[in-house]
Amino acid sequence: MHTAAHAMLFLLPQTTGYIFPNEAEMPWSLLIVVYPYLTGLVAGAFILASLVKVFNVKELQPVYRLSLLTALAFLLIAPLPLLLHLGHPERSYEIFLTPNLTSAMAMFGFVYAWYLMVVLLLEIWFTYRRELIVWSQGERTVMKVVYRVLSLFSVDTSEESAAFDRKAIKVITIVGIPSAFLLHGYVGFIFGSVKANPWWSSVLMPIVFLFSAIVSGIALVTFLYMVLTTLRRERINMACLDKMASFLFYAVILDFSLEFLDFIHRLYESEESIKILSELVMNRLFFSLGVIQVLLGMFVPLGIMVLIRVLRLDEELRKLLYFVAVILIQLGIFATRWNVVIGGQMFSKSFRGLMEYKAKIGGMDGFLMTLVLLVLPFIVLTVLIKVLPPWDRPESVAR
Amino acid sequence: MERRRFLKKSLTLLAEAGVLGGIATAAKTARAEPKGYDPSKHRYGMGIQIDKCIGCGKCVEACKEENNVPRDVAHFRTWVERYVIEQDGGVVVERVDPGSSGSHEPIPNENTVRTFFVPKLCNQCDNPPCVQVCPVGATFKTEDGVILVDADRCIGCRYCIQACPYGARYLNPLTDTADKCTFCYHRITKGLLPACVEVCPTQARIFGDIDSPASPLARFRRMNKLHVLKPSLNTEPKVQYADLDGEVR
Amino acid sequence: MTGFFKRLPEAVVRVGIVFLLFITTVSFARWMIPASLKNGREHRTATVKRETAKAIHYAGADACTECHKEINAVKTEGYHRNLSCETCHGAAKNHAEDPDVKARTDKIREACTRCHMYDPSRPTGFPQINPVVHNPRKQCVECHKPHSPKPPHVPQECQACHGQIARTKEVSPHVDLPCTTCHTVDVQHKVSPREVRAQIPSDRSFCAKCHSIDSPVKETQKVDIKTHGEKYLCWQCHYPHEPELHSYGTKTLP
Repeated sequence: MHTAAHAMLFLLPQTTGYIFPNEAEMPWSLLIVVYPYLTGLVAGAFILASLVKVFNVKELQPVYRLSLLTALAFLLIAPLPLLLHLGHPERSYEIFLTPNLTSAMAMFGFVYAWYLMVVLLLEIWFTYRRELIVWSQGERTVMKVVYRVLSLFSVDTSEESAAFDRKAIKVITIVGIPSAFLLHGYVGFIFGSVKANPWWSSVLMPIVFLFSAIVSGIALVTFLYMVLTTLRRERINMACLDKMASFLFYAVILDFSLEFLDFIHRLYESEESIKILSELVMNRLFFSLGVIQVLLGMFVPLGIMVLIRVLRLDEELRKLLYFVAVILIQLGIFATRWNVVIGGQMFSKSFRGLMEYKAKIGGMDGFLMTLVLLVLPFIVLTVLIKVLPPWDRPESVAR
Repeated sequence: MERRRFLKKSLTLLAEAGVLGGIATAAKTARAEPKGYDPSKHRYGMGIQIDKCIGCGKCVEACKEENNVPRDVAHFRTWVERYVIEQDGGVVVERVDPGSSGSHEPIPNENTVRTFFVPKLCNQCDNPPCVQVCPVGATFKTEDGVILVDADRCIGCRYCIQACPYGARYLNPLTDTADKCTFCYHRITKGLLPACVEVCPTQARIFGDIDSPASPLARFRRMNKLHVLKPSLNTEPKVQYADLDGEVR
Repeated sequence: MTGFFKRLPEAVVRVGIVFLLFITTVSFARWMIPASLKNGREHRTATVKRETAKAIHYAGADACTECHKEINAVKTEGYHRNLSCETCHGAAKNHAEDPDVKARTDKIREACTRCHMYDPSRPTGFPQINPVVHNPRKQCVECHKPHSPKPPHVPQECQACHGQIARTKEVSPHVDLPCTTCHTVDVQHKVSPREVRAQIPSDRSFCAKCHSIDSPVKETQKVDIKTHGEKYLCWQCHYPHEPELHSYGTKTLP
C-alpha cells in the first residue's frame, strides 16, 4: 500500500506546477491498469467466438473453442488485481451484500457473476458436453472422475441432444454479446462518468474501451493460435488466420477512428482543461501515447496489414508479419490502458500541475506483480487446454 | 378459572414487559448522536472571506491536531493556497506551509497585480460525487448535511478520491480507508466550532447553520457576493467563498 | 408436470440443478450473514456514534473564559479580541479538564511573526512588520502585551499597517506627499480599521489642484483637466501610490 513516505520521496520532486496536496499520492496504480486490460481480452476473445456462432463466419471455426477457453482463463484471473489493490480486500463481499446502486463500480459483482456463469461457463459446457462424456469413457481414475463431474454426470449423446446443444449455444452467444459489452463497457463507464477528471470524463469512453478490447482480444487469440498450432507441429489454417487478421484490421480502424474523434473533439472544443491536458500529453505521455499506443500499437500494425493486402504476400511472410503485428497491438492496448488510468492521474485537478508515476519494482502494485498477473492467465489456459482440448484428439472422435 | 386468569395475567404482563423492553432498546439504538442533539434541525455550512485570510496556517495545524491527520505533506483535511497573479496574466499557486513563514522569500514581486490566500477543505456538497460513486455505500450524507466516511465499511477502492473534484479526500495510511474533513462532526454536534474555525485569528472562516435566521453565517450570506469552487460541476458545495478571484480552481 | 420434465433435454436438467444449488448456497449465505452487516442504515448510525465519540482536543473559547475572566476582560478591549485563546495557546482541552496540565504559551518571536511578519499576500492594512529590522534583538512580548497588543507608541504614520503602500509610494513621483494629503481619516480608524475607513478624493478637481494646466505647482505633469479623461475620476486610471511618469518633460499631455 502507498505510504506517505513513498509519496514524499518519490513523487514530490517530480511535480511541476501546483497540485492539490492530497494528489501527491496516486490512488490507482499499475493493478488498475491490468484489470481493464484483462477484462478487455475476455470481451474481445468472446466476441471473436461469437462471430462463429452468431454471424456464421465459418473460417473462424478452428479458433472457436480456443477463444472461449482464453476468455475463461483471463476472466478467472481478472478479479485478482482488484483484490490486491483494495485497502480492505477482506471486506470486498460488501459489493455483493450492500452495493450502492448509484455506483458503476458496484456493478462488478453482478456483471462478473452473470458473465462467468450464465454466459461463459454455460457456453463452454454446452460446447464440450458430448466430448466430456466420450472422454470420460476413455480415461481412467482421476481424469475419468474429473470428466464425469465436468459433464455434470450427463449421459445423453444422441443427435437430438447435440442439436439442442447447438441451439443453446446460439442463444447463449446472442445473450453473451451484450453481456461481454457490459463486462468491459462498465469499466469504461467507471472512468467516463467521473466529471471531476476531464481526461476521463467522456461519452466515448465506454465505446473506446470496448473497441480496444475487441482489438486486443482478436490479436491475443491470433497470437495463441499461431503459437499453439506451431507447438503442436500442426499446419496453421491460413483461411482462419487471414480472416482473423481481416477482422482485426477493421477493428483497429474503428478503434483508431473513435480515439481520433475524441482527440479532434477535444482540440476543437478547446475547453478549460485543454491547456493542462496538452501539457500532459506532450510532457508526460509522449512516449506511451504517441509512440507506443498510436505509432507502434495502431499505425504500424495497420500498415503491415495494408501491405499484406496490397502486395499479396506469400504465406510465410504473412505469418511472420501477423505475428509482429499482434504483439505490437498487445503492447499498444496495454499502453492505452496505462494512458487512461495513469495518465488521468498525472495532472492535477487544479489544472495547474503535473505529476509523475514512479512504478515500483516489488510490492503489491509493482512491476513484478504485474508480470505475474499477466502470466497467470496463460498458466490457467494451459491447464484448461490440457483438460478441455480445443482441437480434435485422435481418441475423441465420437462414436 | 383461577389458573386461566393467572395465566392470562402473567401473559399480559410478559407482553407489556416485552413491548417496553423493545421500546427501550429501540430508543437506545435509535439515538447515536449526543444527548439532546437532533440532526434534522441543523444544516451546516461554512463561509470563507478571502480578504481576511492571512495565510498563517493555524487552521491546518489545528485540524491535524484535532483529527489525528498524518503530519506529513501528502495528507490534509484542510489546506491554504497562495495565489500570485502577474501583470502578464500568469498565475502561480503554491501550498502554504504552516509555520514556515520566514523560511523562503514570498513569490510576489513588482510584477504582481493581485495576491491572496485561499483556504480549502471538503465542500460537504449537497450533490456529492463521492457519495454517488462509492461501491459499498461507505460514504454518506448525514441528516445535518455533513458527508461522513464509515471506516468500518470502506474497502479502500479509492474511487471517491478520484471522483472528488476538489482534492479533498485522501487514503488514510493508518486505516487504509478513505478520509476527509468532517466539519469536525464530533465537535459541532456538541455545540462547539470546527477546530479550523476556532483558531482562525481573523475570522476568515465562518461556520454555522445555513437556515439559521441570525448568525455570523447569515450575515455573511447576506452581505457578500458568494462563489463556490467549480460551480459548473453542479456539486452544490456548502462551503461558500466571498471575494473569490476567478483564477481560483 | 412430470411430462414436461421428461421432455426437457437432459442437459438442461443438469444445468438447472447446478443453478439451483448455486442460488440455494447464495441465499443461505445471505441469510447467515448478520443483519448489522447488511443493513446500511444501521451502519450509518454506528458511524455517527463512532464519529461523535471521538476525542476533543480544542476546548473552545467559551471554556477558557469560565476561569480566566480577568484575562478575557483585557482581551475584549484590545486588538486581539476576535482571537480564540487557543489560537495562540494551542489545544487546551486537557488543561480545561485538569488545570494542573498547563496549556502551551509561546513567548518567542516566531509565535508572533507567524501572523505579523510582512507577507505581500496578506490583506492591505493588516498590521505587519519586517522582523529583520523591527527590534530584532527583543522579544515581542517585551513591548506588546499579547492579550492587549497595543503598540508602545501609537503609530504616527500610516505605514505601520500599510507598509506595502508606503514602500510603493516611497519610490514614486508622489514620494514627498504624506498620506494625509489625499486621505482624510478619523483617528478611530486606528482602533477599528475595518469599520472606520479612510476617505479618498471624490472629484477630479482635487487632483487638478496640482495637475491642471492652470495649477501654480511647478514640478508636476500637467493636463487640460476639462478634456483629459472626462467622465472618469483620476484614480480610475492612474494608481496614485505609483503614478506613471511620462518622459515628456513639462510638455502638456493629451
